[in-house]
Amino acid sequence: MKINISILTCLFALILVGCGGKTEKKEEGFSVNRKKSPEKVEQSTPETNDVPASQRITLDNKGVGQIKDITLDPEIDQAMANAGSELFKTNCTACHRTDKRFIGPKMQGILERRSPEWVMNMILDPQLMVEEDRCAKDLLVEFNGAAMSNQNLTVEQTRSLLEYFRTL
Amino acid sequence: MKKIYYVIGGLLGATLLYMGCNQAAGPNTSGALASSAAEKVYVAPGEQDEFYAFLSGGYSGNLTVYGLPSGRMFKEIPVFSQFPTSGYGYSEETKPMLNTSFGFVPWDDLHHPDISQTNGELDGRWVFVNGNNTPRIARISLETFETEEIIEIPNSAGNHSSAFITENTEYVIAGTRFAVPVPQRDMPIDQYKGNFKGALSFISVDPETGRLDLKFQVLMPGFNYDLSHPGRGKSHGWHFFSTYNTEEANTLMEVNSSQNDKDFIAAINWQKIEEYVNNGGGEKMATNYAHNVYSHETHTGTSTMKKEVVTVDPTKVPDAVFFLPTPKSPHGCDVDPSGEYIIGSGKLSADLTVHSFTKMLAAIEGKKFDGEAYGIPILSFDDVMAGIVKSGGLGPLHTEFDARGNAYTTFFISSEVVKWRLETWDVVDRKPTFYSVGHLMIPGGNSRKPFGKYVVAMNKITKDRYLPTGPEMEHSAQIYDISGEKMELIYDFPTHGEPHYAAGCPAELLASKSKKIYRLDENKHPYAVTNPSEARVERNGNEVHVYMSTIRSHFTPDNIEGVKVGDKVYFHITNHEQDFDVPHGFSIIGQNTSELLIMPGQTKTSVWEPKQVGVWPFYCTDFCSALHQEMQGYVRVSPANSNIDLSWSLGGE
Repeated sequence: MKINISILTCLFALILVGCGGKTEKKEEGFSVNRKKSPEKVEQSTPETNDVPASQRITLDNKGVGQIKDITLDPEIDQAMANAGSELFKTNCTACHRTDKRFIGPKMQGILERRSPEWVMNMILDPQLMVEEDRCAKDLLVEFNGAAMSNQNLTVEQTRSLLEYFRTL
Repeated sequence: MKKIYYVIGGLLGATLLYMGCNQAAGPNTSGALASSAAEKVYVAPGEQDEFYAFLSGGYSGNLTVYGLPSGRMFKEIPVFSQFPTSGYGYSEETKPMLNTSFGFVPWDDLHHPDISQTNGELDGRWVFVNGNNTPRIARISLETFETEEIIEIPNSAGNHSSAFITENTEYVIAGTRFAVPVPQRDMPIDQYKGNFKGALSFISVDPETGRLDLKFQVLMPGFNYDLSHPGRGKSHGWHFFSTYNTEEANTLMEVNSSQNDKDFIAAINWQKIEEYVNNGGGEKMATNYAHNVYSHETHTGTSTMKKEVVTVDPTKVPDAVFFLPTPKSPHGCDVDPSGEYIIGSGKLSADLTVHSFTKMLAAIEGKKFDGEAYGIPILSFDDVMAGIVKSGGLGPLHTEFDARGNAYTTFFISSEVVKWRLETWDVVDRKPTFYSVGHLMIPGGNSRKPFGKYVVAMNKITKDRYLPTGPEMEHSAQIYDISGEKMELIYDFPTHGEPHYAAGCPAELLASKSKKIYRLDENKHPYAVTNPSEARVERNGNEVHVYMSTIRSHFTPDNIEGVKVGDKVYFHITNHEQDFDVPHGFSIIGQNTSELLIMPGQTKTSVWEPKQVGVWPFYCTDFCSALHQEMQGYVRVSPANSNIDLSWSLGGE
């Protein structure tokens, strides 16, 4: 009987809450501290140095894949960059923002951290990169296991994305 | 007394054990044979099959894709039936595909697949199938393995002698099994005789796009047109239909339509009739039928009602239509790879009747007629018959061919496949089937170039072949190796629905061109979101349109507010993946249709009519990534009179 009463009380309370209006101001969640501790990357190789993969600078690493060597013209090819900008909107913005971390890393400053070859290989074959490139693998872990999608872009399209990243 | 039994029992047991060991050690045991059959059908993990096989699903309304020789099923292609697995027939885009002059018909009885041909050889562009119940023909793309087109056949009923294609895919041919009043009208059933008609439809196929067009219908006497096959090679330009019920009975058919000693194979010179129609011949008849076309650009089907058909009275086209007397209620009507022999399987007979195309032409030339039926000449049996196969079996149904001069015929009543030689008509081999076999299929076995390595026999009765599953079981099929002189049973596998005919082709004809993704930049769906920043929600009266995109592993947007009870919410979902084999699903609680399964680059739409106030989740139904469980979202549904504005977001953006 006691149980029944307490159930009724609960129900009543729920109804009251239900009547409370369109926007419910209640205490949000509970207060156990379950924020993630700052990302720690496993330290099996010396180059990790406790730095999260997204902040590491790996300019000497060209990654794994078909792009072996890219020479960037000092001048930015604006037409190519514009094409890249359009492609970025349609094929990348589901997961990337230029100015902030979203599902994946932000794109501003990407070429201060990664080599042009690494960037293109990552776009062209993310699965191979995650399997064989240490930095790509660590990024996958750092970004909650959200694997980068292969967007089936051509080398030319990928090159134009790279040119767009130079403008950011 | 008991002791004696124990002793005897013990001895018997020991003897059996001993025999068992002996057999296992012997060189010619069934075990050794079985392992060689196993090697023939074993496709090792990671390896692929040698042939594709397209098996009709019969009353499932769909087409199934198998591999040979493994008997593994790869896909069920929805054609005439709604298919919740993909949302076919449930999504807004695919509902029009099932439209007919009778309204939305969500099911049919799919019987006979036929792969497109060029010069009489399989070219692997499309496979055509018939819907038997509400007469329809469908064209399925062999790049996407999806139904691209369905055309309804007016004036037809029981669309059974279909869907067979001519040797350059000029026409897909569809004959009616049931004679009906043409045009349909209110009349006494017992006035069938002399009044009902049998419409044979010739549907042209556009050589580039495959687009179907009902070019003309030949209105034949009211017999039952059971099966058919095109001429090939020398007989190209002709089409042959088996008939039964030439008695024109309208009741107690199993007795009354089995009275005549011989029925007919109807030989139709379609090239002559085509010329007649092209020169303005034939009569335009008012009618009403649906023509449904699916576009892979808009990912949408559209249904158009057609209002007219050209009909041809066969007696008005000289030398175009003849009857070949054939015993006894012939079912299968098959043409050998050379085009010379037309095989009629009299299903109430033990023998097969083989007609000669050359003799037929000579008999026409020499006017060797044995009378006429409704003005159509009946050729003299002896002047067209090339030979009789004395099979010793019972109930012959269907024949396929290899490229070595052999024919293979199924016998339903005696449950067997019989191999015989063309021209000598000698039976070479016979093997039992399990049980009551209907059609059989050799890849390319109804073309000029058969691939005579395997024959698949498709049975009507399963009984003890597999573990029992209650009264209803899948039908059994058997694969025989026919590369040698004698056929060898090598495998037995269950099939889906009820396979009637099947079509097969070498794997390399299709595998390399099979589509992997739909390109997002080619998506012309009016509600597509090709850029996630275009994702939005719009209200138009009580219609709410959600323009949503998906990629691993989130929906954009994933929080929607401002929807009200009584709204009709259209979720238009575009899958932004551009990688092979990454579909996303969509379902929402209380959906009165099915889920959607959206291929990369595709847009599909599901309608949801929320009935209850609350916050209702939706989620992805296809395990897409490690974060698939997180691929979810909420719709807030407010009372009908609420004034909450529409809003939507993803991650607070």
